[in-house]
Amino acid sequence: MKKSNFQSFVKKEFLHIFRDVRTMMLVLLIPVVLMVLFGFAISTEIHNLNVAVVVPNKSESIRQAVNRLACNPYFTLVDEVANTDIDPVLRSGKADAVVVFDEDYDRILAQRNAGINTPPAMQFIIDASNTNVAQSGAAYLQQVLAENHTPQQLLNLHLLYNPQMKSAYNFVPGIMGFIFILICAMMASVSIVREKEMGTMEVLLVSPVRPFKIIMAKMIPYFMISCVNLMTILLIAHHLLHVPMSGGWWGIIVVSLIYLILSLTLGLLISTIATSQAVALLVSAMLLLLPMMMLSGMVFPLENLPTVLSPLPNIIPARWYIQAIRKLMIMGLPLSAVWREVLIMIAMIIVLLVVALKRFKDKLE
Amino acid sequence: MNDVVISVTELTKCFGDFTAVDHISFDVKRGEIFGFLGANGAGKTTAMRMLCGLSFPTSGSGSVAGFDIMTEGEKIKCHIGYMSQKFSLYNDLTVWENIRFFAGIYGLSKSETKERAQRILEQLHFTSERNTLVGALPLGWKQKLSFAVATIHNPGIVFLDEPTGGVDPITRRQFWEMIYEAAHAGTTIFVTTHYMDEAEYCSRVSIMVDGKVCALDTPSQLKRAFAATSMDEVFRQLARGAKRGE
Repeated sequence: MKKSNFQSFVKKEFLHIFRDVRTMMLVLLIPVVLMVLFGFAISTEIHNLNVAVVVPNKSESIRQAVNRLACNPYFTLVDEVANTDIDPVLRSGKADAVVVFDEDYDRILAQRNAGINTPPAMQFIIDASNTNVAQSGAAYLQQVLAENHTPQQLLNLHLLYNPQMKSAYNFVPGIMGFIFILICAMMASVSIVREKEMGTMEVLLVSPVRPFKIIMAKMIPYFMISCVNLMTILLIAHHLLHVPMSGGWWGIIVVSLIYLILSLTLGLLISTIATSQAVALLVSAMLLLLPMMMLSGMVFPLENLPTVLSPLPNIIPARWYIQAIRKLMIMGLPLSAVWREVLIMIAMIIVLLVVALKRFKDKLE
Repeated sequence: MNDVVISVTELTKCFGDFTAVDHISFDVKRGEIFGFLGANGAGKTTAMRMLCGLSFPTSGSGSVAGFDIMTEGEKIKCHIGYMSQKFSLYNDLTVWENIRFFAGIYGLSKSETKERAQRILEQLHFTSERNTLVGALPLGWKQKLSFAVATIHNPGIVFLDEPTGGVDPITRRQFWEMIYEAAHAGTTIFVTTHYMDEAEYCSRVSIMVDGKVCALDTPSQLKRAFAATSMDEVFRQLARGAKRGE
């Protein structure tokens, strides 16, 4: 008897989800859309920066420099402009940056090569209304054009783990942290609160099904859907975005499952706080999604936080998950390297579960 | 076989300083339709929740279906049916899926479920609506289906919390016919209502005012005692003395 009533419960929860085709499509497609969006469309890398040049004479070295710009996939050479046209070409948006070569470019270059201190040989004028583009653009331009200015390199730059600085590597762990909170915490809490709001929860509580089982039955479908999403994300990440998964799949999956349970616990807690579906949605968005975006290191580097706020990210579950996934997925560390993150997440599960179950019991009274 | 299925002595529930239910005592016999009346806030719902094992009494004792309400709440739950004032089926599931689900949580086997579902559908002339979403049914039909589902496991006692709120008179009449039928078959009905004409249908009626049971008897005896021509008058005479507002 015990087993069958639990089964029929889980079956019913799946029916709710499958019946609402739009929600189900949304749930299953969100990961795909986000992955494609962040992986291909939205990227912090700069492609096709429009560059105009001011060329005072057609010397061989200037021609070479301009050629280098033209051949580089990161830039599009839009125009050669006169000194006086720099402002209009930037204002009209035709160019994002203008490279101005000095009239004495050749001479300055030669002196440089001889080891004599000289004034700069060229100038970059960049539209900084978008600071990200301006910063990265300037860095790229410098790399491409300044090469032959410093014969002896002072510095040897070596980028580990993501040498091409692909932004997809950075976003995949973040998207995973985001989607599981969305499905497990937000949707599961809304589905529990819906029963309260509709009055069906009371009928369930009068039935012989134990409250704990009611909750479990509501959680299981969301857990399973999240597992499907996890597989989708990992497959897209690996095969489409070529994220290395160098730490091995199992570590990533184990850590993700722990994070799924943590998210479900958060959802349970929210469902004990919220009295209506709207409140549950709002609470999940304000208390979970927003801080997650801001403070998990998904979008903004945690190192940029003011000192006063710096302890704050530690209480954000996604922060530990994302950190662990980065280590496993990108750095290629084994599971044993993320024991600290795993322990913290397990501790969070225990604390949240105790609080949530206590609140749930009190509410019944 | 004991003929008293619900027995309550000095049952009390306090929320802080507020005494919602104040030392109430009564017995309900098998097969009775027991009307549980009272103005809003008189303590009906709180009392009913205690009987269903949803909340613990502060003091007093009682038994439902032969089980102690203090210690055997879980056993009580297997032997009672419950229908709340809010519509309590799932609108996004079909008639059949609702029946199957509630049969499932009461632990009915597959063959039992099939047989009972068949019986319910025929009884309600619902056979053609088997695969209709419950949300698409008219309210009266929903209420009838609700009642049928609440009794799917053949409980000895059914608790009905204002089951006919917002239903048209004809459907209400039909609904009460279902209640009579169930009572006739030996199911005890414990019903709260605001409609005084419905109170007339009950075998016995208790009226709660300010957490206490002020009157308890058959409708005809009550009318005689209060020299009233209808239950409505009886109720108004009693409720006039109430101190708690809406």
